[in-house]
Order: sequence, then C-alpha cells, then structure tokens
Amino acid sequence: MRLETSGHHLISYISYLTSHISYLTSLEMNRLQQLFEKQQKGLLSIYYTAGYPGLDNTLKIAATLEQCGADFLEIGFPYSDPVADGPIIQASSKEALDNGMTLHLLFEQLKDLRQKVTIPILLMGYVNVVLQYGVEEFCQKCQEVGVDGCIIPDLPMYEYEEMYRTTFEKYGISNIFLVTPQTSEERIRKIDGLSNAFIYLVSSAATTGGNLSVSEGATAYFKRVSDMQLKNPFIIGFGISNKETFDAANQYASGAIVGSAFVKNIDTNNLEGSIKEFMKQFR
Amino acid sequence: MNYFVDERGYYGDFGGAYIPEMLYPNVEELRQKYQAVIDDEQFQQEFKALLKDYVGRPSPLYLAKRLSGKYGANIFLKREDLNHTGAHKINNTIGQILLAEKLGKKRIIAETGAGQHGVATATVCALRGLECVVYMGEVDIQRQAPNVARMKMLGAKVVPATSGSKTLKDATNEAMRDWIANPVDTHYIIGSVVGPHPYPDMVAQFQSIISFETKKQLKEQTGSELADYVLACVGGGSNAMGMFYHFIDDESVQLIAIEAGGKGVESGYSAATTTLGKEGVLHGSRSILMQTADGQVVEPHSVSAGLDYPGIGPQHAHLFKTGRGKYVSITDDESLQAGLLLTQYEGIIPAIESAHALAYLEKMKFKGGENVVVCLSGRGDKDMETYMKYFNL
Repeated sequence: MRLETSGHHLISYISYLTSHISYLTSLEMNRLQQLFEKQQKGLLSIYYTAGYPGLDNTLKIAATLEQCGADFLEIGFPYSDPVADGPIIQASSKEALDNGMTLHLLFEQLKDLRQKVTIPILLMGYVNVVLQYGVEEFCQKCQEVGVDGCIIPDLPMYEYEEMYRTTFEKYGISNIFLVTPQTSEERIRKIDGLSNAFIYLVSSAATTGGNLSVSEGATAYFKRVSDMQLKNPFIIGFGISNKETFDAANQYASGAIVGSAFVKNIDTNNLEGSIKEFMKQFR
Repeated sequence: MNYFVDERGYYGDFGGAYIPEMLYPNVEELRQKYQAVIDDEQFQQEFKALLKDYVGRPSPLYLAKRLSGKYGANIFLKREDLNHTGAHKINNTIGQILLAEKLGKKRIIAETGAGQHGVATATVCALRGLECVVYMGEVDIQRQAPNVARMKMLGAKVVPATSGSKTLKDATNEAMRDWIANPVDTHYIIGSVVGPHPYPDMVAQFQSIISFETKKQLKEQTGSELADYVLACVGGGSNAMGMFYHFIDDESVQLIAIEAGGKGVESGYSAATTTLGKEGVLHGSRSILMQTADGQVVEPHSVSAGLDYPGIGPQHAHLFKTGRGKYVSITDDESLQAGLLLTQYEGIIPAIESAHALAYLEKMKFKGGENVVVCLSGRGDKDMETYMKYFNL
C-alpha cells in the first residue's frame, strides 16, 4: 500500500515537472494573464449565464459588454444543481437548460468568439458537466475557441493538483480558485501557488446574489488578504451589485465581478439596451 | 481489495470532497475530528446508551418462518422497523447529534425526501434541545403532510425547497446553501451515505450497528455469524451500508443491493442508478449518478420516496464496480406486492423501501437451507395511503 502511494506520487511529480517545463517554454501568456500584467486596478468583470435569456444570445451579450467597457467576462455554462449559486443564477441556469443549452452547444456558439470579442473570457460552471465532456477535451476546446480560463467552484484544490493541473496548463487555461473569509492563511498561500491569473475573493459566507455590506469584518478580511502580498492579484465577487459596491471592492482589490445583479437586469425584450443601461453606472 | 475509505477520502475511484471553497472549513473540520470523536470512549458510551434506551436496540433478528417455508430458505428479517421513529435513520441522527455537540454546534440542518430523515433529525434535536431546520422539496411537502406535521410538532422549522424539481436533490442543494451561509455554528446532518468525505464513512459507521448486531444474532440462532446472502434496498444507501458493513470483508457472504426500478428500468420512470447512471459528481462526491450526456442530473422516479434519489453513495459505487456487491432492481409493482405478501405471511407491514428488498426473494433460486438476511429498514405506516390506493383497501 505504502509503495503504491509513493509510486503514484512519483509519477504525478514527474508528469507535473514535465508539464511545467513545457508550460514555461512553449506557451505564451493567455489574454487574462496579459490583462493583469498591464492593469491591476479598477477592473470590471461581468458574469452571465450562456443560453439566457435566449439560447443564441451568448456572443451578442459578450460583444455588447466589451463595447460597454467590461474588462473581462465569465460565461456560465448551466448545471441542474448549482449549490454555490443564489436564486437569480439558479433561475437563469434553469431557464438556459430549458432553452436547450449544453456545453457542446456553447463551444459551437463560441467558434467565432475571437472575431467578435477581444477581452479575456472565462467559463464558469460545475465539475460534473466538465467531467462528462472530458477534462482534456474541455481544455482543448477552450484553447481552440479562445477561452482563457475557467472557474469551477466544486473542483477542489486537491483534485485539481493531483488530476487536472497538468492538462489545464498544457492548454494554457488558467484555473481560478475561490477564497472565502473562512479560508486559512496557509490555504490561501497554497492557492496562490497554484494560481496563474488571479484569485477570486468571495466577499462573504454566502451564495451568489447577496449584497456586499462593507462591514468592519469584510474590510478586515480584504485587508488581511491584501497584506499577505500574494503573487496573484485578487478580484472580489459575490454581492457586487452596483457602482457603490464595485467602488468599495476596488479599494482593496484589483477589480470586482458583477453577476446576479447583471443577470437580473437583463431585459428579454430589450437585450442590448438593457445591458448598456446597466453598464452606464460603471463606465 | 480495500472496500473502505482511504486516507484521501476515496473508495477506489469514488468519493472525495467536491465542494465549493465556501464549504471547505466546515467539511475539513469534520474530516479532521470525526474519527477521534467517534472513537472516544465517552462518546461511545453515550451513543450506545441512547441506542439501547431511547431507540430500543438491539433490534431483533427475526426468523420469518412462513416466508422461509415459501422460499425454501431461512429468511431472517433485521427489524429496523421497530426502532423509535420507525426506521434505521435514527441510528445516524443519534450519532451525528452527539458529534455536533462535541464540535460545539448550536444549530442543526438536514434535508429530507419522504420526511423520515427529517423526523429522525427533528427527534434528536428535540432530545438534545438544539435548533433544527429541515429542507424539504415543495412537492414532497405536499405529498408527505403527516411527516411535515411530525417535524413541526417536534419543534423543527420545515423550509420548502422551491428550486429545480422541488424534490430531495433540491432539498439537499438548499441545505448545502444554508451551510455555506452559516459556516460556524451549524452542523449539517446528511441522512445517507452520500455527500463529501467524511460523510459517507461517518454515516456508514453509525449505521454499521445493524450488521454488528446481526452477526451476533446469527451466531446465537444459527451457530455461524455469517449468512449466505444479505439483502437491503438502496436509495442513497444508508441502510444497505449498515447491513453490509461488517460482512464486506467476509467474501463468502453475497451482498445484494436492491435499487428502485420504478415503472421499469427502460420506462424513463426509474431510480435504478447503477443500470441507468454514469460516473460523475453529485452532492460533493464522485460516484454513479443518473444524468444526461451533458452532465445534468436526471430526476428519478420511484413509488418509494426514500429510494427516489438519482445517485448512490460512493462506497456502493465501489462495491458495484469491483463486483463485491450485486446491484439489481425491483419495480414499483413488484415492491408493493412484496409488501402485501410480508403483511399477510408474517403480520408485518413494511415500508415500501424495504419491500423492494423483500421482492428480490422471488427472483432468487435456493437449494434449501441457505441463511438469508433481509434488512427491514422501516415500517409501512407512512405508506398506508400508497398501499390503500394500489390495493383498493
């Protein structure tokens, strides 16, 4: 048993080294890494669910958001059981699934992504959907269509490190980890070591779509992380709903992510207009 | 072959803790402390005393003579239906409430489908004076009014899960969201051998009292602590894991797990997870689950609410994949007939869940004289309406 375990570790260590060398030598920085190289303040990111409100809105929304000044985007691929999400994103995910959205279809829609959108794109969704697609196929497809990274909230650090990291790095896909007010310093340092774009700071112990209260507790937490002098910048998300909370987050972080508030404000009958109207407060 | 959890929280290819970072501190605290708490002598004394004096253990191992005559084998029933609250569920909730106390938790949350686990949780919360919130699918709340009333009478707050399909899996999602929002003072009592590590192992250990007692009782009644066959129904799989636990390393004992075939495995209305499912991640662990090609979880069907779950626990997935356990399915109709048969042969009205295990006896071929243990996981009081409708009583 012990022999087996150490053999397993040795193999994963060798494959890690190999991949790391090829990563360093053969891959350029992805768009996300380039963005953070250039700018480390006031970044605005928007999340939306692919397939909502209309099945074919994915690229239209991305292009409009870029025009309106978003710095990078998270496109959610829907899942039937999104435990980390609050009511608004649950509802948009369910509607997207009812509309017929799948990960296969999303990649099909993203085929012309890079002719229409230049800002960095992340895909965000749950691990089971990625597993069924195939982890290698998923990363390969991300690279092919020009997706720069992904956020998979229920993919744990241990599993990522042991089983997925080499594949993600082989295709130049940045995996973004979440950090919460309860995450220990030791663990944050470990996450920092595994990250190569930014760290996603969850504003409070909650699912998505709450309201950021800039309490003493929250500011102490942002300061604590800020004082750790991490190698990766951090971006605050969960509860960023308007200009006020966006500005509050930006006092401590490199930027902030707006999700539920954006999704809630999309007007099905006036897609472009409602997006532009919502974005005015920020840019 | 190791059939139990390893130090990474895996059973072969299955298990692990696929949880968002928001849940990590809660689950990690449990992972670090659960075994030490369970192994503590004072904990064991308290646990055993409550099982004996409050739950009414040991539950009898009853040789069902008329049923044995019908099948030509010695059919023993492990009478979990005689436990306080009417099913095996209480073994786990007693264990977890004591654990929650040791961890200094003040508030208990739980998910429930038919309401059995919800009642078992509300019961131990009343017993120990802890706040209790039970998540239950809106659809299930309407189907299971008596259990909702029981929980309320026991002082629990029953919160409807209105997302997704509004059933057990959505109640589980809501409980997880509650835990995300309340990471410090709250313990989540999961009702089955599912969820992120260490839940599947922890719940299995609390339920393992079933097979621990069975071995002793078999020894007294047959002279051998081993049976030829051990049968139990599987939804998430907690009564089955309790029934199998101490027999798993006795490879001469055939372990048979009976899943809910619903209206037929091919009908589109089934909960036969090992036949219809594929490997994936559900509710925090890697296991086998019913899903679409895109990885969306499929809504199962069974006449028995306790088996109406789209996955199975990771240890079951491991027993299935390694061939150590045999996984079969029984339809709604077959289970209801088996429920009636037990009632009229032995004077015991079983829960429809347990009736699935009994129904498999019809499909087995005995040479004569084999010893067979069936876990009678719960009593049928809660299912009277279903029986009444089906048999026009």
